[in-house]
Amino acid sequence: MTSLQAYLLLSALLFAIGLAGALARRNAIIVLIGIELMLNAANLNFIAFWRFGPNPEALTGVLFAIFSIGIAAAEAAVGLALVISIYRHQKTTDLGQVDSLKG
Amino acid sequence: MSRLADHLWLIPAFPLLAAAVSAVMTRRRRAMAAGMGIGSMALALVLSGAAFVVAMRHADGSGGGRVVFNFPWLQFGDAWLKLGWVLDPLTAVMLVMVSLVGLLIFIYSVGYMAHDENFTRFFCFLSLFAAAMLGLVIANSLLLFFICWELVGLTSYLLIGFWYHKPSAAAAAKKAFITTRIGDLAFLLGMVWLYSQSGTLLFYDGGAGCLEPSSLLTLATRPTATGLMVSTGIALLLFCGAIGKSGQVPLHVWLPDAMEGPTPVSALIHAATMVAAGVFLVARVYPLFSASTGAAPDGTASLAAVTWVGSLTAVFAATIAVAQTDIKRILAYSTVSQLGFMMMGLGMGGVAVGMFHLITHAFFKALLFLGAGSVIHGCREEQDIRYMGGLGKFMPVTFATYGIGMLALSGFPLVFSGFWSKDGILHAAHSWNASHWPFYLGVFGACLTAFYMTRQVAYVFFGARRADGAARLASVPEAESHPGLPSPRQAREGSTHEPHESPRVMTAPLVVLSFFAVALGFIGTPAWPWFQAFLSGEHANLALNRLAEEGALPVLAVSTAVVFLGLGLGWWLYGRRPVTRALERDVLERLWPNVFTLLRRKYFVDEIYEWAVVGFNAWWANACAWLDRWLWDGLVQLVSLTVVGLSWLDRFLDEVVINSGFDKACQGLTGGGGLLARLQSGRVQTYLRLMGVGLTVLALLLLWGCRAS
Repeated sequence: MTSLQAYLLLSALLFAIGLAGALARRNAIIVLIGIELMLNAANLNFIAFWRFGPNPEALTGVLFAIFSIGIAAAEAAVGLALVISIYRHQKTTDLGQVDSLKG
Repeated sequence: MSRLADHLWLIPAFPLLAAAVSAVMTRRRRAMAAGMGIGSMALALVLSGAAFVVAMRHADGSGGGRVVFNFPWLQFGDAWLKLGWVLDPLTAVMLVMVSLVGLLIFIYSVGYMAHDENFTRFFCFLSLFAAAMLGLVIANSLLLFFICWELVGLTSYLLIGFWYHKPSAAAAAKKAFITTRIGDLAFLLGMVWLYSQSGTLLFYDGGAGCLEPSSLLTLATRPTATGLMVSTGIALLLFCGAIGKSGQVPLHVWLPDAMEGPTPVSALIHAATMVAAGVFLVARVYPLFSASTGAAPDGTASLAAVTWVGSLTAVFAATIAVAQTDIKRILAYSTVSQLGFMMMGLGMGGVAVGMFHLITHAFFKALLFLGAGSVIHGCREEQDIRYMGGLGKFMPVTFATYGIGMLALSGFPLVFSGFWSKDGILHAAHSWNASHWPFYLGVFGACLTAFYMTRQVAYVFFGARRADGAARLASVPEAESHPGLPSPRQAREGSTHEPHESPRVMTAPLVVLSFFAVALGFIGTPAWPWFQAFLSGEHANLALNRLAEEGALPVLAVSTAVVFLGLGLGWWLYGRRPVTRALERDVLERLWPNVFTLLRRKYFVDEIYEWAVVGFNAWWANACAWLDRWLWDGLVQLVSLTVVGLSWLDRFLDEVVINSGFDKACQGLTGGGGLLARLQSGRVQTYLRLMGVGLTVLALLLLWGCRAS
């Protein structure tokens, strides 16, 4: 098993854990953490494909990862703001009870 | 004095008031009802006498003096319909006749109806009749004439059916009403036609009335589609009304049946006054009948029609009278016959001839009817002359007055009024150039008149009391006697079954009437034709030599001869050997049984009408009923069944097809909506889960696709 495959497996594991957390947990914070995990699994993939790719001298993978982390930071800020705002309105962070999207 | 003419309405107003008041009185107010009736008639007579004097004063010198009073009554668009009354010699004569005869008959009725429980009602109807008849006489408008004409028809109906609990009386009343209605329909049509042509229904209106020259000229020159002149057409239609009212052939059938009414009614209405209204109508609108453009020496077509109908009726009814056995029916057919004579007189000799016979006839026929009433009263409601006989010695006053009436009706020469008036008619018929047949018919009728009256008098007053008649009289049980005249009188006379003379209240009018039956003849003899001159507005002077003028004497001789022939024949057949048994066959019946049966059954006219008119009516009604029941009802049923079927179909479509379709669609929508609603839970994680599943499936598909290629 090459090291690339090992990285890909690791990132797939991370993604799966994040996905399970995002889908299964009720707490909005945990769901947000799950989303961050999935994002980081994608970052790990960028780095791994860049490191074991055809031209590792170009810093494309790192650049991608840095952008992605930046976006993830902004996204986490927006997500947390949403969670706080929902909590203020509904006094809960339990996503099972937040169903006002059904109209 | 023309103030009286302006207030001529007062004459009918008094009897009308009496009728109105007695209509609301209780049954027990007998004296009051009779008193008011007689008082109002007396007042009317006084006023009529005054009107007569006024008319006489106007007539003298001025030439047919006539005072009219018209007033507007009803507005049609721009036009006013006017009513009014007229005072002229014709009116004056009729007024005096009607009120005088009426008064006498009112007095007589007090005795005749004394035991009737509906005495008050009787006087109410009688007063109403007198009012209507007097109104008819004074009318100056054909409309007012028609109104009063219908009113007398109504009272005639009411009085014929006075004893309405007798089915025959009720049927006779209906027959009279319906038969005269046939004539009245024509009268109404004529009236409407006259109004449409001349624009007025007033007789005299200062030159604008429909009987005045300007209007007559228009009417007589305007042809109708059939070639007759308009005036002829209208006159014939009006004459149809007169035929109905005056019982001329072929509408005579009601008059004999009208004898079901009380005898005073028969005398007043169905002999003296109302049935003469038809003759009076022709006399009143005589200018219309005689209107023609060219010189017509023998009168116009309408006058010829009047003549022919009159002369046929005169003979037709006289032959029937020969074979009748009911004392009142003989007189009734005699009335029909004499009315025919009047029509003849009008048609050939003009107003004066016809009117003279009308006036004299009114008196002697009223006398005869009242005498017959007295006989019936004395014989306890026996009307069949075969059961009488020998009454002369029981009722002397009635016998004497009846004899005078009978001689007057027969036209006994020189002394009695009927002779002169009938002679006038025969004279006119003799000088009529169009045909001699009316003269022959008239002579034959006069002979028959004398014959049947002799037969009747011989049956009733001469000979001996017929035994079976007396037995029949005795066997009449109290309960079976006349329903309208209950027991008090029978209790009074119950012990003896002898006929008795009537009370004085009944014989006094007889005496007065018999005086007039004689005296009236002298005002219209050829020697001193005062009556004729009065009607035409000329001076009358005594001139005995007029008796000897061209054709007068032969006619006098002929009419004298036929009267004696009739009287002699009657006496020879019935008086010489008195009839001894009531039910033995008539002398004529033994001679000519078939002819006699034909006459006794009145030429089967009633049967023919029954077969033709009533039969057709019944057939038509049945046909209509059949059509109604099967055709129209079937159609209606078909339509309704179709509608019911269609609605069933509609209901099926609605309930099953449309409703269930909608229901299904709605259920589908509801179900789909519920499914979708469940999908849209609003839970983000569920959405994400679905996205995940979708993504996975997509990825698997892609993988599988890659592998397949």
